[in-house]
Amino acid sequence: MTTRTHGGTLSRWLFLGEWRAHRIQAGTAIVAIALGVALGFAIHLINTAAFNEFSAAARSLSGQADLQVRGPQPTFDESLYPMLAQHTNVELANPVLELDVALPGNSGERKNSTLKILGLDIFRASDMAPDLIGIPAEDKLLDILADDAIFLSPAAMEWLGVKQGDPLQLRVGTQTITLRIAGGLRRARAGQRIGIMDIGAAQWHFHHLGQLSRIELKLVPGIDRAVFTAALGQELELRGQYLVTDTADQEARIANMSRAYRVNLNMLAMVALFTGAFLVFSTQALSVVRRRHQFALLRVLGLTRRQLLKQILFEGAALGSIGSLAGLVLGYLIAATALYYFGGDLGGGFFPGVRPSVHFDPSTTIVFFILGLGITLLGSAAPALEAASATPAPALKSGSEDAAFSKLATPWPAVVCLGAGGMLSQLPPVFDLPVFGYLAVALLLIGGIALMPRLSALVFSAILDAVTRRGHGAMPTLALARLANAPNQASVALGGVLASFTLVVAMAIMVASFRVSVDEWLKHILPADLYVRTAASGDTRGLRPDETKALAATPGIARADFFRSSQLVLDPSRPNVALIARPIDMADPGNTLPMTGDAIDADLLREDATPIWVSEAMVDLYAYTPGRRVTLPVAIPPPDFVVAGVWRDYGRQFGAIQMRLADYQALSGDQKVNDAALWLEAGVTPEEAIASLKRLPFGEALEFSEPAQIRALSLSIFDRSFAVTYLLEGVAIIIGLLGVAASFSAQALARGKEFGMLRHIGVTRRQILGMLAAEGGLLTTLGIVLGFALGWCISLILVFVVNPQSFHWTMRLSLPWSALLSVAAALLLSAALTALASGRHTVSSDVIRSVREDW
Amino acid sequence: MQLFTRDRTHTSHAHTAHTSCSLARLRIAAFKRIAISSSGFLAICFVATCVLAAPPQFSQVIKGKPITFPRDFGAHPDFRTEWWYVTGWLETPDNKPLGFQITFFRSATEHDRDNPSRFAPSQLIIAHAALTDPAAGKLLHDQKSARSGLGLAYAKEGNTDVKLDGWRMLREEDGRYQTSINANDFTLRFSLTPTQKPMLQGEDGFSRKGPRPEQASYYYSQPQLKVSGSVIRNNKETAVSGIAWLDHEWSTEILDPDADGWDWIGINLDDGSALVAFQIRGRDGTKVWAYAGLRDAHGRFTQFTPEQVKFEPQRMWRSPRTDAEYPVAMRIQTGSTVWVLTPLLDDQELDSRHSIGAVYWEGAVTVTRDGKPAGRGYFEMTGYVKPLRL
Repeated sequence: MTTRTHGGTLSRWLFLGEWRAHRIQAGTAIVAIALGVALGFAIHLINTAAFNEFSAAARSLSGQADLQVRGPQPTFDESLYPMLAQHTNVELANPVLELDVALPGNSGERKNSTLKILGLDIFRASDMAPDLIGIPAEDKLLDILADDAIFLSPAAMEWLGVKQGDPLQLRVGTQTITLRIAGGLRRARAGQRIGIMDIGAAQWHFHHLGQLSRIELKLVPGIDRAVFTAALGQELELRGQYLVTDTADQEARIANMSRAYRVNLNMLAMVALFTGAFLVFSTQALSVVRRRHQFALLRVLGLTRRQLLKQILFEGAALGSIGSLAGLVLGYLIAATALYYFGGDLGGGFFPGVRPSVHFDPSTTIVFFILGLGITLLGSAAPALEAASATPAPALKSGSEDAAFSKLATPWPAVVCLGAGGMLSQLPPVFDLPVFGYLAVALLLIGGIALMPRLSALVFSAILDAVTRRGHGAMPTLALARLANAPNQASVALGGVLASFTLVVAMAIMVASFRVSVDEWLKHILPADLYVRTAASGDTRGLRPDETKALAATPGIARADFFRSSQLVLDPSRPNVALIARPIDMADPGNTLPMTGDAIDADLLREDATPIWVSEAMVDLYAYTPGRRVTLPVAIPPPDFVVAGVWRDYGRQFGAIQMRLADYQALSGDQKVNDAALWLEAGVTPEEAIASLKRLPFGEALEFSEPAQIRALSLSIFDRSFAVTYLLEGVAIIIGLLGVAASFSAQALARGKEFGMLRHIGVTRRQILGMLAAEGGLLTTLGIVLGFALGWCISLILVFVVNPQSFHWTMRLSLPWSALLSVAAALLLSAALTALASGRHTVSSDVIRSVREDW
Repeated sequence: MQLFTRDRTHTSHAHTAHTSCSLARLRIAAFKRIAISSSGFLAICFVATCVLAAPPQFSQVIKGKPITFPRDFGAHPDFRTEWWYVTGWLETPDNKPLGFQITFFRSATEHDRDNPSRFAPSQLIIAHAALTDPAAGKLLHDQKSARSGLGLAYAKEGNTDVKLDGWRMLREEDGRYQTSINANDFTLRFSLTPTQKPMLQGEDGFSRKGPRPEQASYYYSQPQLKVSGSVIRNNKETAVSGIAWLDHEWSTEILDPDADGWDWIGINLDDGSALVAFQIRGRDGTKVWAYAGLRDAHGRFTQFTPEQVKFEPQRMWRSPRTDAEYPVAMRIQTGSTVWVLTPLLDDQELDSRHSIGAVYWEGAVTVTRDGKPAGRGYFEMTGYVKPLRL
């Protein structure tokens, strides 16, 4: 009992003593861990909240349905409905027409937006999805069946700035229709923007007569869902292609839609945590070195290795616990604030129209706590083991500090890490996720940092040799000699800089490559002078054949290409595939599409199959390789197609298919088009063309955009979606700089004796500070050079492995030199200044006392 | 729900009726009101409505326009409201009595007739079914509603052929009605065979419902229908036979604005005669209009004027659910004849405030004529529930 108490006292005394003396170092380590944990936790909370709310909102639209039947295209013929409604095993069939309808508003926010409108049969929906029932005014109860009434969720009313009784204008093709807002909904989720109206009125007003989006089924109690699903699937095969899905399929679909994005974001958060862990390692390592004598003395006095090990790990655990707890609190606050002010969408655009709120989940909270603590313990483990295994006698001697790190200088583990990283980068994705790619990045990072001491010794020895031979001044020689001969401490100090700069370089190269590729792609896909559409998006936009004729015949228009875009479901558990029909130059599809070079020769295309060109995602997700024969459900029975080539698509990560408009119209019978690309006659300005197009009978309904505007808008969307990445890069740099500050001040303190000695032999304070700045500058330069090399390697993995595997698109590598150089310069300057600032304190202390410490 | 049921078709009058409407053209009743109660079901009843858009023009009930069969067995979609209403007494093999009611309503809405969608809700089909079992001590009932269309729900023209999902009523070539109802707690499968010609009410089927001539409907009955079939409860099928009454009535505007409810009785008399009597009650319980028609076994028809028909409550029963007080035992005088109704069960109230929103009493009764047992009928009382005062 007594021993234990004494042990406890000693432990506490050592711990508190160390902390009191080095508040800044301990504080920095805690802050780093806290920031890492906070970011990871916040991103996780936001993503989870957004995802859950989004799925809940999606789920709420289908009420208590057991199964859903839908077609491969957005809508299908309603004749399926009576058949399902009278099916023996079906208790209730609920027909739904769900459309995103464009709003014609001109007010900034509403422009380019759509309102989700569900056309429902109240008599069926009131049992299936009772929440989605409109509440009419007391004296207008029949509004629920009225041909001109719509019911809006509170969020939709707020968003549109309307109330019960107001008119609501909607854009259908080139026409604007006006509905009457007849009331609110029974219950809608917070933030959910939806409108409900009678299904018959919706079919009529939105030109979807005879069409349904889906039929929801409630089965007779006791019917086996799986058996029924399979049987119904077979039954429906005779009528065309239909998909029978249940709630789990829809969840999977939503999860698939945003998974790559969420995982990548979480990886970025891990980067911050990783940098934090490295900082703990350097703090602990330096702290152990500094107290080498202290520990040796304690060992001599009878403290066992085990006790010492426990002591150092305990210190690490204390840092980790405090940091993690602070991080959890901070992360929760960040998540709550971000969700409150910006909603759940972190720039990815995957969770529109929901307002999630942060949800406290004990199990994930514990996971993140353990993650923060575990990483701190990992960072403390190496120094702790080293300190515990040191033989007390040599350790008591002065000047043995660098030897403490000698184990770290073994290059082999680092080489193994690098090699393994290189090999892992070649492996295929797991569950559509670049798991091995991320592992490779982590291994390269660890290997690179571990190799740092060796490299810095080599480099600085070489420079020292050169400098000594030429006989430069004493101070540079001193600085270099220190770096060349005691490389381990220095490298530990620099690990943080290396880690953060490597990641910054890697991310910057990746984002720049992506941005440059997108920019070039935009130039390629926007060859026309003017683009025309009736609304930016939505299911009701489009031009009729007579309108396209009028458009093409407008004076000043040299050529008009029309586009029909729609959606196909090829796999119920995956998000929709985009289908784009437009004129394509058969002789050289590269004139129309940004081809990747993967294509079969046009001469080889046989007459009996229609050619399609697919995006890279189609190759990855559906194995649509050039030359393959496929069927697509654009008509019943589904016609045959041959994959003629692969094109690059940065717009749709879930796949897109292009075919010739003439082929599409002949096969599907669908004569509607959505958009037009116009080439102007020489001498006609876009303004003149717009003016004459506006004079068309439907001219007021047209929206015009020039390629430059679309490009600018697309790039601004791009930048917004990478906003979180930029933020995380910033955090990584700050953590890196904190590391520099912590390790330099620790070193400067540890080297008090050395500085005292130097002062005694006549070196001025100024010279010592100069030496410190030089050391800092040189080390940081090396860190930056190495960081750049390592970052470049990692960026290759990000660009050529992680991105294609996550998002299914390839890109060209481009290096953002100016951005990288300015970050490097800023880092160099701040590192040198930090080194100087931390040295100033030590150098100003009493010279006599400093030397006396050297016993 | 603050509703007053108003006529035998659960008509109720919304007290928020627009003044503009009620002043010019009173279109109370003959219109389904669809509202949603808190529990998630549809509430359906009749109400006054005023629609700004030009509404569809409905046909009016005119005196002197003859009823023509078989055409008039079918639906009349140009009129706002229509119903086929079957009530009757059944007997199980062990001689236990049961009462039943099967009703199909058709209601035309004001939805734009130009809407070509097959989902356009221009006609609604609503059905009620109830089974009275004195052994169970209460009424089992269920209801359904749907828009007409896509072959799932319809009321066809030309012949009685009404369908609402699995509920169906069809008049066959030989005049026999086949009806099948799969309700929540019971299933009814009946074949109803007419033993007499249809009984045209009022002036050859023109039946006045109030002091003003336009307050009228076309109305014929099929009394003395022979029932055979089965009742399925708790997966147990019971063969039944009995006697039933069918009413088919269509109109566009019926009720007087002062009307507050009505009492109606249809009696299959043991001697083969049939009696219909009803009174429309005003707000203060006074008689706004009344009618009685008696057809004897030989087909002789006697009509009674409103003054000759008197309803006098004999015994009141208070519903524990709605607190409404119903004159479950009623004395009715037609001319010099006195009829006394005794309910098969006091509690034959259909409390569907939480589903369809209407409350009425609709039940099997035994009847005496001048003190002697004379037959069995179905008695309906509406408008006895007072609005909740909170």
